[in-house]
Amino acid sequence: MAEQFTSEDVRKVASLARLRLEDAELETFAGQMTDILKYVEMLEEVDTEGVEPMAHAVERSNVLREDEPTQMLPREAALANAPKTDGKFFLVPQIIDAE
Amino acid sequence: MAQADQIIAKSADELARLIADGGLSSTEVTTAFLDRIDAVDSQVEAFLHVDREDALKQAGEVDNKRSAGEALGPLAGVPIAVKDVLCDETKACTCASRMLENFRPPYSSHVVNRLKAADAVLIGRTNMDEFAMGSSTENSGFQKTKNPWSLDSTPGGSSGGSAAAVAASMAPLALGTDTGGSIRQPAGFCGIVGLKPTYGRVSRYGLVAFASSLDQVGPMSHDVSGSARLLQAIAGHDPLDSTSLPEPVPDYLSTIDQPIDGLRIGICREHYGEGLSPEVDRAVQAAVDTYIEQGAEVVDVELPHSKYSVATYYIIAPSEASSNLARYDGIHYGYRAEKFDDMIDLYARSRGESFGAEVKRRIMLGTYALSAGYSDQYYNKALKVRRLIRRDFDDAFSKVDVILSPVTPSPAFKIGELADDPLAMYLSDIYTISANLAGIPGISIPAGQSESGLPIGLQLLGPTFGEETLFRAARMFEQRTDWHKQRAALA
Repeated sequence: MAEQFTSEDVRKVASLARLRLEDAELETFAGQMTDILKYVEMLEEVDTEGVEPMAHAVERSNVLREDEPTQMLPREAALANAPKTDGKFFLVPQIIDAE
Repeated sequence: MAQADQIIAKSADELARLIADGGLSSTEVTTAFLDRIDAVDSQVEAFLHVDREDALKQAGEVDNKRSAGEALGPLAGVPIAVKDVLCDETKACTCASRMLENFRPPYSSHVVNRLKAADAVLIGRTNMDEFAMGSSTENSGFQKTKNPWSLDSTPGGSSGGSAAAVAASMAPLALGTDTGGSIRQPAGFCGIVGLKPTYGRVSRYGLVAFASSLDQVGPMSHDVSGSARLLQAIAGHDPLDSTSLPEPVPDYLSTIDQPIDGLRIGICREHYGEGLSPEVDRAVQAAVDTYIEQGAEVVDVELPHSKYSVATYYIIAPSEASSNLARYDGIHYGYRAEKFDDMIDLYARSRGESFGAEVKRRIMLGTYALSAGYSDQYYNKALKVRRLIRRDFDDAFSKVDVILSPVTPSPAFKIGELADDPLAMYLSDIYTISANLAGIPGISIPAGQSESGLPIGLQLLGPTFGEETLFRAARMFEQRTDWHKQRAALA
């Protein structure tokens, strides 16, 4: 497991997580992440050979409903919180060059 | 007409009965609590939003129903504060985050609908740690809530706003959510009762997700009967939540005053070691003596993996959070950065500018723990240890009815004291976290005070769907003590 979490490590993880951080944050998070990951290392001493992972507190298989249409969110409600909209669609920045 | 200070001093159960009997109107009760909010919330900062006019309108509707002889719900006319993480289509739901500052949900959560069906008065939206991440309510994007017992101390978190609202007599009941102790820890710090139900007992539909396999909605109140009454109203199966369990809900209030003959109390000696403050230790030992005087049997139980609970939690919860919070990208709703270079930069700036430090830290922890090459080391390993923690509890509950422990290692800490040391902050949840990992219920009840007058809580854990046992066992303690009657001396 990680011995030392560097500012560069933070920058890489933040990029994966789509988080833009200030330089000062990189330094702070590096120290804190190092402390936390060192603490978490204690899990290595637990013998988990043959133990089934427990992803959920309730053991459930997939819950499926009948494949029937149900009421949908009205367009007006779906768009109500949009940062930008033309009343019909969400407006997002252009990402494809016009040419 | 009763004096306002007499009204706000009453428990939720007393108020519910008085309103039902016609001894008080909901308008009188709601006005008293709204006036209390006006008087003291500028000091406590428990609420993010209070709509006086709307609250009085709700109260008036209850009074009109009563006057007309219509059937009333079990919470008729009783004000309730709701943590700002539960969607209500009539209110903004911010999760105390700049990301959702202007978000108005298009639908209401299951529990909010249940409260309305029970004729409760939703009096306001309470502050919290951003997206329920934290143990002090210092991580709110808007304000820091203070502990009503000592305004320079934290109320705990993440349901610190809800706990402080009850402790400061600004609401007789509140809803919180508990992912790693976020109901029980602030209840302990604020000297009130807080219950985390069995996972699946209460629907999470319309609860903004932090860690989906751990989050659970639960009640907070001055006394045990208040929490029992509130849980009664919100518990039960919801087909809109696939993790909600189709189990019948017992009538908690009808059995709450029945002591449990020969109550078997489990004590895990590992809970009483290094890091536990002597004041908390003394209060918990006194509580054990109180139970012994009532004929309870104390049994040593072993929870050998409990010492790994914080480490396990801080892999699993951030992993789920990193996935759940990926939806906040500034496209369909939430904050969008004004300046950006391209699509990826839009996402990164929107998230970077609007999330606070704790949320960023947990998203990154989760992203790291789930990333290629590390997921077996971290996430999958934690899931296996989680099962061992659950097995420990299953073994223990084959021998005892409840497990008794402190809620927290110390009374409430000072605001800012742990702000720069997240690991130390995480360890304040060391006694509460394992219940979330195992999915079992736990209750925090007032059980003492420190020398400086801060509340000390006592935790009882029960087996799956053991809420009825927890209420009865907690009530046994309450009947012999008066800690639940103490109120913060807030001017």
